[in-house]
Amino acid sequence: MSILEVKDLTVTFPGGIQAVRGVSYEVERGEVLGIVGESGSGKSVTSLAIMGLLHRNAVVSGSVKLHGRELIGMKEDELIKVRGKSISMIFQDPLSAFTPVYTIGDQIAEAVRVHQKMNKDKAAKRAVELLDLVGIPHPDVRAKAFPHEFSGGMRQRAMIAMAIANDPDLLICDEPTTALDVTIQAQVLEVLKTAQQETGAGIVMITHDLGVIAGMADRVLVMYAGRPVEQGSVDDIYYRPRMPYTMGLLASIPRIDGEEGALVPIEGNPPSPASLPPGCPFAPRCPMKVDLCDEEEPPLVPFGGERHVACIRAQEIEHKGLTGADVFPVPMIPPSDVVRVPRAERPTVLELNDMIRHYPLMKGAVFKRRVGTVHAVDGISFDIAEGETLALVGESGCGKTTTLQQIMQLAPPQGGRVVVLGKDSAEIDSATRRALRRDVQIVFQDPMAALDPRMPVGDIIAEPLRAHGRKNVQARVAELLDLVGLAPEHAERYPQQFSGGQRQRIGIARALALEPKLVVLDEPVSALDVSIQAGVINLLEELKNTLGLSYLFVAHDLAVVRHLADRVAVMYLGKIAEIGTVENVYDHPAHPYTQALLSAIPLPDPELERSRKRILLEGDLPSPADPPSGCRFRTRCPKFARLSEAERRRCVDEEPSVARLANTVDHGAACHYAEEIEVITASDDQEEK
Amino acid sequence: MGKYLLRRLAINVILVALAASLAYMLAATTMNPRATYQGRQPPIPEAVIDQTLDAYNLNDKTPVLQRYATWASGVITGDFGKTWNGGSVNAEMGRRIFVSLRLLLIGTVLGFAVGVALGAVSAVRQYKLSDRLIGVSSFVIMAIPVFVLATLLAIATYNLNRGLGFTLIEYTGEYNPRLSGWDQFLNRLNHLILPTISLSLGSIAFYSRIQRNMMLDVLGQDFVRTAMAKGLRRRTALTKHALRTALIPSATYFAFAFGTMFTGAIFTEKIFAWHGMGAWLVDAINAQDVNSVAAVTFFTAICVLFAAFLSDLLVAALDPRVRVS
Repeated sequence: MSILEVKDLTVTFPGGIQAVRGVSYEVERGEVLGIVGESGSGKSVTSLAIMGLLHRNAVVSGSVKLHGRELIGMKEDELIKVRGKSISMIFQDPLSAFTPVYTIGDQIAEAVRVHQKMNKDKAAKRAVELLDLVGIPHPDVRAKAFPHEFSGGMRQRAMIAMAIANDPDLLICDEPTTALDVTIQAQVLEVLKTAQQETGAGIVMITHDLGVIAGMADRVLVMYAGRPVEQGSVDDIYYRPRMPYTMGLLASIPRIDGEEGALVPIEGNPPSPASLPPGCPFAPRCPMKVDLCDEEEPPLVPFGGERHVACIRAQEIEHKGLTGADVFPVPMIPPSDVVRVPRAERPTVLELNDMIRHYPLMKGAVFKRRVGTVHAVDGISFDIAEGETLALVGESGCGKTTTLQQIMQLAPPQGGRVVVLGKDSAEIDSATRRALRRDVQIVFQDPMAALDPRMPVGDIIAEPLRAHGRKNVQARVAELLDLVGLAPEHAERYPQQFSGGQRQRIGIARALALEPKLVVLDEPVSALDVSIQAGVINLLEELKNTLGLSYLFVAHDLAVVRHLADRVAVMYLGKIAEIGTVENVYDHPAHPYTQALLSAIPLPDPELERSRKRILLEGDLPSPADPPSGCRFRTRCPKFARLSEAERRRCVDEEPSVARLANTVDHGAACHYAEEIEVITASDDQEEK
Repeated sequence: MGKYLLRRLAINVILVALAASLAYMLAATTMNPRATYQGRQPPIPEAVIDQTLDAYNLNDKTPVLQRYATWASGVITGDFGKTWNGGSVNAEMGRRIFVSLRLLLIGTVLGFAVGVALGAVSAVRQYKLSDRLIGVSSFVIMAIPVFVLATLLAIATYNLNRGLGFTLIEYTGEYNPRLSGWDQFLNRLNHLILPTISLSLGSIAFYSRIQRNMMLDVLGQDFVRTAMAKGLRRRTALTKHALRTALIPSATYFAFAFGTMFTGAIFTEKIFAWHGMGAWLVDAINAQDVNSVAAVTFFTAICVLFAAFLSDLLVAALDPRVRVS
């Protein structure tokens, strides 16, 4: 029997905005149901409605039955016995989800004491046990720490501990790993699996990450515009999607094991819940749309066995065996002329030589004094040739952004050299520096924050032109808007009238205004939805090829990096761990950190995910104010743990530098015991056996 | 921590000395205590006036720096000098501080507590009738100057007492000196009612607006939702998690109001005939009383710096994120 039965759930916000329009699903004991959808698809609102946590002015109708008991319309007195006891919820951002003024231990103990008669000491002891269960080291000490003293991954573990405190029957996880780095994500997902085994609970897993769902879920529900559009077993959804939206979504994800070539974007944007199109809400973006689609919204109907599809052409898709790549138009990206010249013969656009950036660590409010040094970037070297994309990857806190800032400043570095377009930043005067700024432009991560909301788009794009003394910019603005796939008449509008993807295009247009040679991309697609992301990645690739640009690309999403970059540098604690061409680094990673990083990335492929062996890293990134001696990665290194005592000495005493690996042209790793392993393709082999 | 406190104390001593010296210089150069002795009937001979003023260190014929030196050396030993008519400033100040404290402590604390509670209620019921009512009343009260408000209160009480035929609520003075023991204590409390209302109404209006904003910021945050997802009642989640966090910024305002309260109730003290610090400042300026003005300023400087210190302590106590290890 199912634990949770949701039938025809609708949520209406004031103004008649229907955020959720008829969601039905069931969750059984020990089962994981994945709910996938882009932002605004109503997936989070659905779960909040089930918990009864929506704002009071939201109207919820339909039925939610927990063990046969109706939850909708239940009195608060009854509802509080269910919340946290039978159903628990894990939220996305664990920093804001904990009350900042109470200790973690107190907050978990509070959850225990709400539902179980227990004295304070016992509850505190139980909190420590729970923290131990989710793998927090020294749980008795850490229980007395405040939320801000925990790292992101630790907080999410504590959140899980709190959620399972009363042995719930159902766990609702709302984007539980979205705010975390991949290696930490892998740890937390592992903890979630343990928690499920411990409690035997059913899990509703809400996420936009199709990789996470592939590894965790038994069944999947795909939501679009407040409604489920496809539902079925995880294998059916991933290998035999029958709704064009699902097909497009799967085709649009860049894959870490994927082939080269353009990604398949879904044109357009998700509809706003305030103004839904008539008929099928996906019709305006659907390449398979026929006239009938506009007439009536197709219901979610059973489609062979367990699955349900809401598409009038599902039978046809089934019959012809269509996939996303067949249905959605694949854009043609013109090849680059520059790359025909061998790399060694191309001019170098950017060269970093042993660059250092340290920050003083200050303490005290009234009288500041220096108590240490943050080794943000501690001697890194790389170069970018013309027409090339170098990606800088690594977890948060590894020094990626500091490196970017140092380059963009065009100021003399604290140590080492930064050479931009053949000019050493330590030797140029201010006029040259100003001229050089034309050639180096940046695209920021958050397109919402990077554009002045009170400036028309035309002025935003014209600003760099005017700053460098160009008159009559109108024609150039129109040209740029056209270049990034927007219309010239958009120049009159303000940023808030655009969607996230369009805003990022505006940001790109602004960066290209001065015809730069090098564009620095700081996580350009990480704030975008998957279907939008593909379009922006294609655009970046096309611009690079047609305009002969070079990119320095900073990202934490290794799948996007594989797709866009030619070379990749993996950073760890202010040092480069591994550098080389994308093929070499991804297919034959030699540094244990790269291997762990690659193995931690979830693949949007259920069978591969199930058979994959992960290299799990222990703990968090050490503080850059106090990096370990010798090799900085040794404290978390799985290889270090396997070395003999004599071999370990070298890791502790001697700091490895990036050494070129034998038999390769462009591949180096900073490890004394570097050894190439196939991390991604290895799982392919296993599958064949 | 000890070292930090010591350093902070040293800075504060310098700041107090600076503030008091500037105030003394200003008072000594602009005020004319001689005027209060001149033009009397019968006229006082100039030699006698000079002699009296010299005795009180108020003679404008002595160079101002010399008077300042006399005053400052007195202050260092804890003697604030003489009032214009020869009374001891120290004795006057000692008495008045306690008058003000009695009147203002209750008013300030009550104003804060009720204001925070109303603000929190207002935020939780945003845009409902109770929120609008609290909002409109706060703005009306804030728009009425305290001397108008206090006078209105006094008139209303006077009419109420007359209508009843006996004195239900006292509206002037501190206590009835003819009563003693328990009766006098009750009488003192009765005398407190009106000034306390007039003092706290303003703070209630002020704090309720501040607290409403702080609370609204917090209400939308995830941790309130988490608290409810745990199974806490909405009311418990709102008080224990939301209000507790939203108190942190209000505490700063409170600390400053608490520190400055001794001299902050000039109008209320004057209207209800309480002889506290605020009333003294006005009286002293009217009486060309240089030493009293300097003493009140000295005291105010100490209060403000103490308030700054108190606000740091309060915020550190309430917010673990700012605690220094």
